Amino acid sequence: MATTTIAAPATTDYIPVKHPFNFGRWFRATGWRHLVGAVMVVFSAFPLLYVLSASLHPGGTLITANGLFSEVDLGSYVTLFNLPQQPYAAWYGNTLLIGGITSAGTVFLGALAAYSFSRMRFVGRRAGLLMLVLVQMFPQLLAVVAIFLLLNGISDIFPAIGLDTQIGLIMVYLGGALGVNTYLMYGFFNTIPASIDEAAKLDGAGHARIFFTIILRLVAPILAVVGLLSFVGTTNEFVIASIVLITPEKQTLAVGLYQFVSQEFSSNYSVFAAGAVLAALPVMALFLWLQKYIVGGLTAGSVK
Amino acid sequence: MMTTPAPERDRAQIVAAKKQRQASRIAEAASAGIKVLLLKVLLLGIVDAISVYALFVLFIKQDSLVFGLVLLVTIVVNVIYFRAKGLPAKYLTPGLIFLLIFQIFVVGYSGYIAFTNYGTGHNSTKDDAVNSLILSSQERVPDSATYAVTVLEQAGAYSFLVTDPDGEISVGNPDSPLTEVTDAETDASGQAIGLPGYTTLNFADIVANQEAIAALAVPVSDDPNDGSLRTPDGSAAYLYLSDLVYDEAAGTMTDASTGVVYTEDPTQGSFVAEDGADLQPGWKVEVGLANFAKAFGTDSIRGPLISVTLWTFAFAFLSVATTFALGLFLAIVFNDLRMRGRNVYRVVMILPYAFPAFLSALVWAGMLNPQFGFINQVLFGGAEIPWLTNEWLAKFSIIFVNLWLGFPYMFLVCTGALQSIPGELQEAATVDGARPWQVFRLIKLPLLLVSVSPLLIASFAFNFNNFNLIYMLTNGGPRDVTAGVNVGATDILISMVYKVAFVGANRDYGLASAFSILIFVLVALVSIISFRQTKALEELN
Repeated sequence: MATTTIAAPATTDYIPVKHPFNFGRWFRATGWRHLVGAVMVVFSAFPLLYVLSASLHPGGTLITANGLFSEVDLGSYVTLFNLPQQPYAAWYGNTLLIGGITSAGTVFLGALAAYSFSRMRFVGRRAGLLMLVLVQMFPQLLAVVAIFLLLNGISDIFPAIGLDTQIGLIMVYLGGALGVNTYLMYGFFNTIPASIDEAAKLDGAGHARIFFTIILRLVAPILAVVGLLSFVGTTNEFVIASIVLITPEKQTLAVGLYQFVSQEFSSNYSVFAAGAVLAALPVMALFLWLQKYIVGGLTAGSVK
Repeated sequence: MMTTPAPERDRAQIVAAKKQRQASRIAEAASAGIKVLLLKVLLLGIVDAISVYALFVLFIKQDSLVFGLVLLVTIVVNVIYFRAKGLPAKYLTPGLIFLLIFQIFVVGYSGYIAFTNYGTGHNSTKDDAVNSLILSSQERVPDSATYAVTVLEQAGAYSFLVTDPDGEISVGNPDSPLTEVTDAETDASGQAIGLPGYTTLNFADIVANQEAIAALAVPVSDDPNDGSLRTPDGSAAYLYLSDLVYDEAAGTMTDASTGVVYTEDPTQGSFVAEDGADLQPGWKVEVGLANFAKAFGTDSIRGPLISVTLWTFAFAFLSVATTFALGLFLAIVFNDLRMRGRNVYRVVMILPYAFPAFLSALVWAGMLNPQFGFINQVLFGGAEIPWLTNEWLAKFSIIFVNLWLGFPYMFLVCTGALQSIPGELQEAATVDGARPWQVFRLIKLPLLLVSVSPLLIASFAFNFNNFNLIYMLTNGGPRDVTAGVNVGATDILISMVYKVAFVGANRDYGLASAFSILIFVLVALVSIISFRQTKALEELN
């Protein structure tokens, strides 16, 4: 890395002294790194501070949002929950509900499949693993038209799980459960020694007991990562949610806020900003809380 | 915490392994026994109950294909969970069912839709199209007799209870023609006023639902040419006949007022007159390669399609390149143990990654707004730079915003990969006299690329379909007004599919599916090439 020049001793007596602070040397060693860091901190955090300040400026438009933190008031947050056309509270609840159920289902279905791929040997296992890798390359949104028409067909027969229902949307999301993260789980399951299973088996535990009471506890970190990634993914999902959910009261934040913005972007910006801040809170909190697991999971191979 | 097996016990157990296995199987059957079995029966019972309900509904609707499929799946699921063998299937089935329906089947279904004319004006069967054509051109017969009518309600749907001038009583609703009934209650004048199983609407209800009731048209018989009854006031109904007369045998629709004959065209899915005019709505038919011919053969669509495809590749490639370059640079900068406060920088730099992506795009769209946005107003002193409305500036803005969104991920990944490179390699190279740049270029970078290249491929695949960013930031715009479809300069393939299928009044599912098939082919090609290069699949075991 950067070469450090050793400064010649300035004093003539031979008492060992601490090197005086030399700005040039410090800057070449680590100072410039702080400079880069400062630039990146501004670049990273500024848009977030901007939206936070905009949300604290009641009745603000896009142009007043430019006066950062010139006024601090929570009025927009109150307005947000009293909009006549946009049921923000319902969107918020729907997002948490759909995201929560989807991520729980994804973790469960994925863990079941990963367990069988990791611990059992059967015909078609290799082909199955290959399929899991390939399915990841083709996200569900590519087939969005067919998903819409399929749900449309289902609603003719079973309106309760068809178009404009949250159950229908969750079912569609669960279709992607095996594709996206099972391979990640499979890798983690393989790191748990199979001797643990065998010991339990010898002690008389059945396969279901081994899976639910032993293995699932040992792989908890990867379950947390997959659950979180699935929750974040569902929160961000717009394409399928926007075509499945039609009634405003059933929509998610991504669909609702997008429509809110496209209707009255510049005039009612502070209310949108307040909605954005509240919408980001649970995701960011989860993210920073589980940060160390996520970084481990990311390097094992998943993308946002 | 787990108890580990005592090694000294192993040898004895290997000798008796077979017996042990048998014993454990018996033990499993006996001990895990009753509770697990009950739970299993309960869960399967719920699944079966839902299936039976579904089968019942499907039987009534006479949908034999879906009926057979549901029956087959139910039987297979029951067999899998009740037989003793086939353990892997018990763990794989739940996820596989969802995967097969909502990921594999829909891909095949896209392929089918691409060969139909499904879309606005062609989204139903021929019978539905005939009915709706006849209904939409109905006029009241001038000398129609007056039918006394009572509006009934059952499960939220309205029916007419009709007493015709001869005193005969019949009931019907828009989905089922009038049929005679004998058990209706009648008042003194012989007019029917109620029917068992139905609720009779009172005057206030009729007034409250005036519009819905006035829109009801109850067919007189199975033949749509016989016309239908409508009631303007909820008490007296009149016969309405259509101007259009349908001749099923000849496959023609004749306009009685003008005499124009519209002939059924099975290749186009609509009734077409000799001068080329057609009646809307039509119905869904298979059109062969017409959608692909339209996509590649029409100049006004082929041009935009090619430029959108090129931009999709450019966007995905540039996104990966810029985020990886910045992320790697930062990883190197902050991978120095002498530096203080690295964790603070790291947490702040992760923030863009933690912020939901769709919101980031919307926030940046506000900041880049030409008239009022922060960038123009504050940073450029009020200049009106068209960040999102000029073709090339919009492309630049998209790459820039995606850099903001994506660099933290690359930073985390590269930091992890750099730290996993053993320090001895660097020491050995330094001892051999390598300069720091040489150490990086010849030792660290190749090792780093080995571990991150699968992630770069995945990132490319993700950005190839990064719908949210494009749609929320620029909405694909600025729009290309010369194009034959709704498409703009920054649209990528997937946002083009979405716009053709779901945005605007004219939805063309067939054409959109043809575009989807194109994306599938491109993604498959990219995957094959990249997996060949990295040999990632060879590690599967």
